[in-house]
Amino acid sequence: MSTTSTRAAARLMVAPSVILLFIWMIVPLAMTVYFSFRLYRLLSPDRTGWVGFNNYMWFLNSPDFWTAIINTLLLVGGVLIITVVLGILIAILIDQPIWGQGPLRILVISPFFVMPPVAASIWENLFMHPQNGLLAAVSRGFGTEPILYLESYPMVSVIFITSWEWLPFATLILLTALQSMSSEQMEAAEMDGASAFSRFRYLVLPHLSRAITVVILIQTIFLLGIFGEIFTTTQGGPGSASTTLPYMIYKQALIAKDIGRAAAGGIIAVILANIVAVFLMRAIGKHLDA
Amino acid sequence: MGQITLTGVRKSFGEVDVIPGVDLDINDGEFVVFVGPSGCGKSTLLRLIAGLEDTTSGTISIDGKDATALPPAKRGLAMVFQSYALYPHMSVKKNIGFPLKMAGMDPAEAEKRIQRAASVLNLTNYLDRKPGQLSGGQRQRVAIGRAIVREPAAFLFDEPLSNLDAALRVGMRQEISELHQSLKTTMIYVTHDQVEAMTMADKIVVLNAGRIEQVGSPLALYHTPKNLFVAGFIGSPKMNLITGAEAAKHGAHTIGIRPEHITVGDGAWEGVVGLSEHLGSDSFIKVDVAGVGIINVRGPGELNVHHGDRIRLAPAGKIHRFDANGMAL
Amino acid sequence: MARAVTTQAKIAYTAAAWAVGLLIFFPVLWTILTSLKTEVSAVASPPEFLGADWTLENYAEVWQRSDYPRFFWNSVIISVGSTLLGLAIAIPAAWSMAFVPGKRTKDLLMWMLSTKMMPAVGVLIPMYLIFQRTGLFDTHVGLILALMLMNLPIIIWMLYTYFKEIPGEILEAARMDGASLRNEIIYVLTPMAIPGIASTMLLNIILAWNEAFWTITLTTVNAAPLSAFIASFSAPQGLFYAKLSAASTMAIAPILIVGWFSQKQLVRGLTFGAVK
Repeated sequence: MSTTSTRAAARLMVAPSVILLFIWMIVPLAMTVYFSFRLYRLLSPDRTGWVGFNNYMWFLNSPDFWTAIINTLLLVGGVLIITVVLGILIAILIDQPIWGQGPLRILVISPFFVMPPVAASIWENLFMHPQNGLLAAVSRGFGTEPILYLESYPMVSVIFITSWEWLPFATLILLTALQSMSSEQMEAAEMDGASAFSRFRYLVLPHLSRAITVVILIQTIFLLGIFGEIFTTTQGGPGSASTTLPYMIYKQALIAKDIGRAAAGGIIAVILANIVAVFLMRAIGKHLDA
Repeated sequence: MGQITLTGVRKSFGEVDVIPGVDLDINDGEFVVFVGPSGCGKSTLLRLIAGLEDTTSGTISIDGKDATALPPAKRGLAMVFQSYALYPHMSVKKNIGFPLKMAGMDPAEAEKRIQRAASVLNLTNYLDRKPGQLSGGQRQRVAIGRAIVREPAAFLFDEPLSNLDAALRVGMRQEISELHQSLKTTMIYVTHDQVEAMTMADKIVVLNAGRIEQVGSPLALYHTPKNLFVAGFIGSPKMNLITGAEAAKHGAHTIGIRPEHITVGDGAWEGVVGLSEHLGSDSFIKVDVAGVGIINVRGPGELNVHHGDRIRLAPAGKIHRFDANGMAL
Repeated sequence: MARAVTTQAKIAYTAAAWAVGLLIFFPVLWTILTSLKTEVSAVASPPEFLGADWTLENYAEVWQRSDYPRFFWNSVIISVGSTLLGLAIAIPAAWSMAFVPGKRTKDLLMWMLSTKMMPAVGVLIPMYLIFQRTGLFDTHVGLILALMLMNLPIIIWMLYTYFKEIPGEILEAARMDGASLRNEIIYVLTPMAIPGIASTMLLNIILAWNEAFWTITLTTVNAAPLSAFIASFSAPQGLFYAKLSAASTMAIAPILIVGWFSQKQLVRGLTFGAVK
């Protein structure tokens, strides 16, 4: 298919994107590394200098940092588990013979298209608000005091909101994979005497494994960077109870305006993401038909 | 028009030498068939001639001019692909007219050519349909039509009949042969089916692992195969190849005798019938001959022979002799 | 997997499935309902369902606030702009990787995927500083660039999978028919690729519209799109509930509608073609 003329043209056409992405990766990353070793505060720009690993040590010594790491992992892990498990169950349910599957899919898909700040705002104000929220009204209806969700259970609330946003994605992917299963396979199993549960365990689940893998991989990429929801609702609080690593770095950069520290935090986040990525790619790369 | 010469043409993909070296002359107006087993390089050779692949070394000349470095469009050749490769978003008319549009032909002249091609191929009523609305045979014709309008120096066919069902294949095979008779343009045709090769070709090129085993007319290849490969490839069912003591009797390492050249009745070979297939028009039987091996025999339809029978066979045609290297003696 | 079941079973499944679906959709529904109530009705306790005071005044008021339309149009400009720019760069790249693959093409694609895995916070500092220094901060151009870079890997991947489905032989046929590379792209490739390009475009507009990191950190007033607007007005001072709901509904409505029509593309695009 390829001759020298087409191959030369091809290389020329890939060039812009490769160059752009390369610059986008290398230049900012290099700058971040550079800044992470320097004292640099926007509010006192004349004080500069080399500070070695001080910025990194600040993070490692800060209790907030470890809270942030744990919160980040809780967020990613929690949402993954909730969305995958519920996603499978809901996908199976929707795949049954039911009336109105089309409109139903539309309903189930909807939360994914709601932008994070709006999703967070809806839950924060219309539902979780202690005075005017719907959940508060329900509590009062039962005669109990309304729960201060965002204050008393900030991280759980954030995980909940994020799961609501991402459940449709997992469900849709799993439903698509489910519907691509050949019914002949299931019929053969039925004739072989397999119960519904056995069919699920030995046929459905393995067939879905590839889709589950993809869902976990894609969601992890996005979940590690969750920001809008936290910014909108808790601003990482109370204290730093719902601060994740991205939010903590954001605070250092744009609120404390400490560039050096934020840069160090950024590098730590990149290292963390790479560790997770390596594990993921290894465990999952074999499933991907790249 | 349509004279093509290949000199020392080599093609490697990385380390692999798909075509170690080919010299070939194709004369104007000839119907040449490249035939061989899967992976023998026949399609690659066709694509080299078409210009869709670059040669690693060697020259290709078309009508006396060196075309090795020319892109496909400039070689004046037209190709019919195995999957027809029709433009799904264009009507039949636009499909056929596309090469003329690319050549910047005057629309009136193009229209004439399209109509002519359509009438030759019985497509006039389908000009406004899209490929998705056509049957396999019709799509095949559109692909041919697209090639015809260019009035090329040569037509290149890449296994055009493999996607058709058996009945359609026979019909299309004859149509292509008739097309060749009326247009008298050079046609290079690639197939793995030796029946197509034998029935359509003026000249057959048998390829094996990128090498030309033999070039010749169908009957020349049938009667005088130069080596074991060609002997076993041409002719269906395959030629019986016998080694050992029986071959030594004829002064060769291996002897070959075609199934249709053996008579049942009296003869030197005695054996038990294994499988026997009766088609009505012919009979095919497998006989286990002591000291010789399993022999395939093609006999007349009335042959009344069945599994387990003891019969005698006698060679009644040419016995091909081959030496230890597989070359004909 | 549709098999014949008793009508009883079908009713049961339908009821269960719809219950779940409505539960998931309920927050969106409630927002829309609240946006149509008067402020008083919106915060009534216990909450009013059918007996509320219905009105459209919230939408009119929110839209007439001097700044809301600006945020809306910023969202439009930024999502469409970054998508078009991304397509312009990605189409040639995806073309060459799909049709003239080299030994390194797979590696190249995986590398592009990996750039998406880098957390945005890792480059927040340089982006922030560069944008400030070059005057890109809080501009449409700046945000278009930033979002384009974020989504370029996805656009390239999606186009790549769509292009791979175009049979290479058809392009070869075009070449034999005398089409130059330019003509090949114009007359054959693009028409066949248009559905794929459209899907990619839709998906990318959705992703850009909903983006809530760069749109918040790299803007203040001028180029801030809806995501930034809603995020900073989450505490309902300045916007009361009904109006907040109206603002939210208007912010998500375009994408909800677009999204409903592009479910298949979503699955394909966001799974990088792994699930179809």
